[in-house]
Amino acid sequence: MIRFDAVTKRYPGGQEALSGVTTEIRHGELLVLAGHSGAGKSTLLKLIAGLETPSSGSVSVNGQDIGRLKATQLPYLRRSLGLVMQEHRLLLDRSVFDNVMLPLLVTGERPQDASKRVRAALERVGMLEHERAMPVTLSGGEQQRAAIARAIVNRPSILIADEPTAHLDPAYAREIAALFRDFHAAGVTLILATHDDTLFSPYGARRIELARGKLLS
Amino acid sequence: MSALYVQRMALGQASRRLAGKPLSTLLSAIVIAIALTLPALGYVLIDNLAGLARGVSGQPEISLFLKLDATPEQTRALEAQLRADSRIAALRFVPRDAALKQLAQRGGFAEVTGLLTDNPLPDAFVIEPRSENPEAFEALRRDYAAAPQIAHLQLDSGWVERLHALIDLGRSAMLLLGGIFAAALVIVTFNTIRLQILTQRHEIAVLLLLGATRDFVRRPFLYFGALQGLLGGLLAWGSVAALLRLVAPRLEGLAQRYSIVLDIGGPHLPEVLVLLVTATVLGWLGAALSVRRHLHDGPAD
Repeated sequence: MIRFDAVTKRYPGGQEALSGVTTEIRHGELLVLAGHSGAGKSTLLKLIAGLETPSSGSVSVNGQDIGRLKATQLPYLRRSLGLVMQEHRLLLDRSVFDNVMLPLLVTGERPQDASKRVRAALERVGMLEHERAMPVTLSGGEQQRAAIARAIVNRPSILIADEPTAHLDPAYAREIAALFRDFHAAGVTLILATHDDTLFSPYGARRIELARGKLLS
Repeated sequence: MSALYVQRMALGQASRRLAGKPLSTLLSAIVIAIALTLPALGYVLIDNLAGLARGVSGQPEISLFLKLDATPEQTRALEAQLRADSRIAALRFVPRDAALKQLAQRGGFAEVTGLLTDNPLPDAFVIEPRSENPEAFEALRRDYAAAPQIAHLQLDSGWVERLHALIDLGRSAMLLLGGIFAAALVIVTFNTIRLQILTQRHEIAVLLLLGATRDFVRRPFLYFGALQGLLGGLLAWGSVAALLRLVAPRLEGLAQRYSIVLDIGGPHLPEVLVLLVTATVLGWLGAALSVRRHLHDGPAD
């Protein structure tokens, strides 16, 4: 479970990205964060991943208060999460296979086991045939699929995606949305920040909306 | 996941980075080798000279030159006195004829001695004091300088002391030089790692985002610095050995002209090990300082 308790986030310079947000995300839930640019969606996701700490209030993930975690403990929290960023953040000088392998290198997985898991993740997102391809040779949708494979290769219980369908044409966006639906069906907690929440509404997503850092619904 | 596996993985990553840019690796290793060669070569040469000085000064001696008109009885009496002196460890009598022969055998003196009608050299006793304590040495010198049979008394350790002082000075200079070049090695590695962190900042950010610990990111850079230092050390070893082979015959020839037997050797295994370990540790240190300065805790946005 993820809990936000009166969370405010102020960036240096005084800009308030989140203001008194209190909400709960239950295990296995599919949550869509809606709102315009600058509404605070990305900040909320970064707080869950421990990429930011709250200025006041508390954020807890599976009972761990993010603000109280030491810098040395944060990497272990991130390993339990799958992160898909708006810009896919693939390493362009490595093949799709090697990119998806990265989280397993971080956890020190043995090469033989890691290879099997990478192929399983690539197969899950329909990218196995592109395992040797370099990211620049892929379409936007394929790059996003590779990034999703990287996010799920460690079998995270929580998957966080920031605008996963931005910059994709409608057909690719629907494919990606269907992938997330499958993960949700498999019991993964999904938190998606998106401009286009209509993509996920058919899958029974709970929708909360942010505006200027405040929770509207 | 064992700790050994983690270290092996980091070492493998560092080796691949080194092998991936062979020209840049070679250039950095050459710069490090140049920084190490001069102090290492200086050290080996000074060590050879110190060995020579140790050999010569193994036992300080006092030469007692008798008066030219000393009778055999007086000489025997002095010998008996010297043998009875417990402060003297060894005694050697050098008859004047033998001394002339020795002089004639020295390079350049044969013609001079050939011109002599009489032997101008006196009989002499060469004594080795039991103690190398300067005070005991001085007491012996004082006691026998007053003996009536003795014309002149000479301490044979003076030039060795001067040589020792020179060697000490040389060692200090090499230490200072070594310190300066060690700093250069650290700076070279610091800068190499700084550039690597800059060029790999995207990869580092992604790794941190995926849950890599600071140690995980740091480790390959540290191994890289150590390996680069080791490569530089190996090149420096080769350079020192090659330069020694080049200069040793010339130095030995020069020493021979002064009737000094100089046999330049090295670098020996302990010296090579010190060189390689020092280079590796300095490379590691440069990398550690750079990583500490340039690598940040959290992933960049």
